[in-house]
Amino acid sequence: MDNTYYDLLTYVVYGSAILVMLIGLYAVLVKKSLLKIVIGLSIVDSGLNLLIVSLGYLKNGTAPIFSKGFFELAADKPMVDPLLQALVLTAIVIGFGVTAVALSLVIRLWRHHHTLYIDEIKNLKW
Amino acid sequence: MKKVLVILLLAVVGFYLADVFIGIGFGNDHFVKSDEIKPVKDIYLQQTVENLKVSNAVTSIVVNFRGFDTLGEVTVLFLSVTALGSILYRKRHHAGDRSVLFSASSIVTAGSKLLFPPILLLGAYVFIHGHLSPGGGFQGGVIIATGFLLMLLAYENYTVSHNALSIVESFAGITFAVIGLMGFMNGGTFLQNFLPVGTLNDLFSGGIIPIIYIAVGFKVAAELTGVIYTVLNEKGDQKNG
Amino acid sequence: MIAAAIYAVVQKDLLYAVIATGIISLILSIVFYILQAPDVALTEAAIGVALTTIVFIITIRNTVRMEDESDKNKNIKSAAK
Repeated sequence: MDNTYYDLLTYVVYGSAILVMLIGLYAVLVKKSLLKIVIGLSIVDSGLNLLIVSLGYLKNGTAPIFSKGFFELAADKPMVDPLLQALVLTAIVIGFGVTAVALSLVIRLWRHHHTLYIDEIKNLKW
Repeated sequence: MKKVLVILLLAVVGFYLADVFIGIGFGNDHFVKSDEIKPVKDIYLQQTVENLKVSNAVTSIVVNFRGFDTLGEVTVLFLSVTALGSILYRKRHHAGDRSVLFSASSIVTAGSKLLFPPILLLGAYVFIHGHLSPGGGFQGGVIIATGFLLMLLAYENYTVSHNALSIVESFAGITFAVIGLMGFMNGGTFLQNFLPVGTLNDLFSGGIIPIIYIAVGFKVAAELTGVIYTVLNEKGDQKNG
Repeated sequence: MIAAAIYAVVQKDLLYAVIATGIISLILSIVFYILQAPDVALTEAAIGVALTTIVFIITIRNTVRMEDESDKNKNIKSAAK
């Protein structure tokens, strides 16, 4: 494929990943509801994963699996970087664990204060 | 006012992030090719085929080259389950008493009873063939946990024994650690391979990698089922605010 | 994907916002597949679409559904004082 196509794709992929991250950060910084903050954190997680995986992509690359089809059909193609994929694989599972613990904290706070409004919780503390 | 400040801050952060990553470029080979200096990716791929005889390079990195990462990651999952249980702790009224999420109709219950064994089979297939095809312990474990989730949603009095979950989880964790430590006995390092590696693209190939990934699969399945069960047991103080 | 993210942040009804995050994960897994990362795509599809969404939904069930509802509760409480 020609180079202008890839130049366009650079802006599309990196731009969308960074935009998704920024939208999530906006939710974390501005929103007052605790659940919205946790949703924003999980959106930041998604954008970051997309950014890391797209760093390892190569032009005309194939998936890093040495199957029989690879040796027959695509043996001369370069392979996509498997190290970043392994990192992201770990990061997704840990992200789920973090989200679950954060949501359990939210439930615990609701049980005590009966509100998810962070200013209200701050007032109750003092 | 605060929103304007936040948007300005995000614009600055986003501008520099985009500048850096577009400078790197998409789909290029970022490394200088020479005979002395190779990128770590090439060494990993070469080792995967020649020494370990594993088809899936991601599996070999997760389990073998970066085995300590995986051990730590499984520990993080275990810690998150423990934290969830201790944070949501409350005196139970009855054993097996949980908030009824949906009153499921008979179509849903019959359908989920029909779907439950195939989902378990799919999960087991995914983690047994983790070194041959895309998939592995984490994915298979999550698929099995999804099957248990289906049963828990469809049947109101379907319970999972916490003792069985903890036994499965501890046993899988001990298997992982013991296989890792057995590498020392043959004069190697942690997670050193000591079994015959077989041939590429066979089911019995790759030495210790399939065994470890099966252990990881059982551990992840037990932990995630524990997470779902703990959260489902939580009774809301009042319905919808 | 960007549209789903904006919808998830702007939407006041938290249930719709959670479903939008599930849609983000679904599109993300397809993008991972196009970027030649089938392992990551499988993980993202299983965890992001199924498990995260269900944990969020259970939390919403246990707390409040609307984003502003806690605000309303506060007014009632301060009026009762």
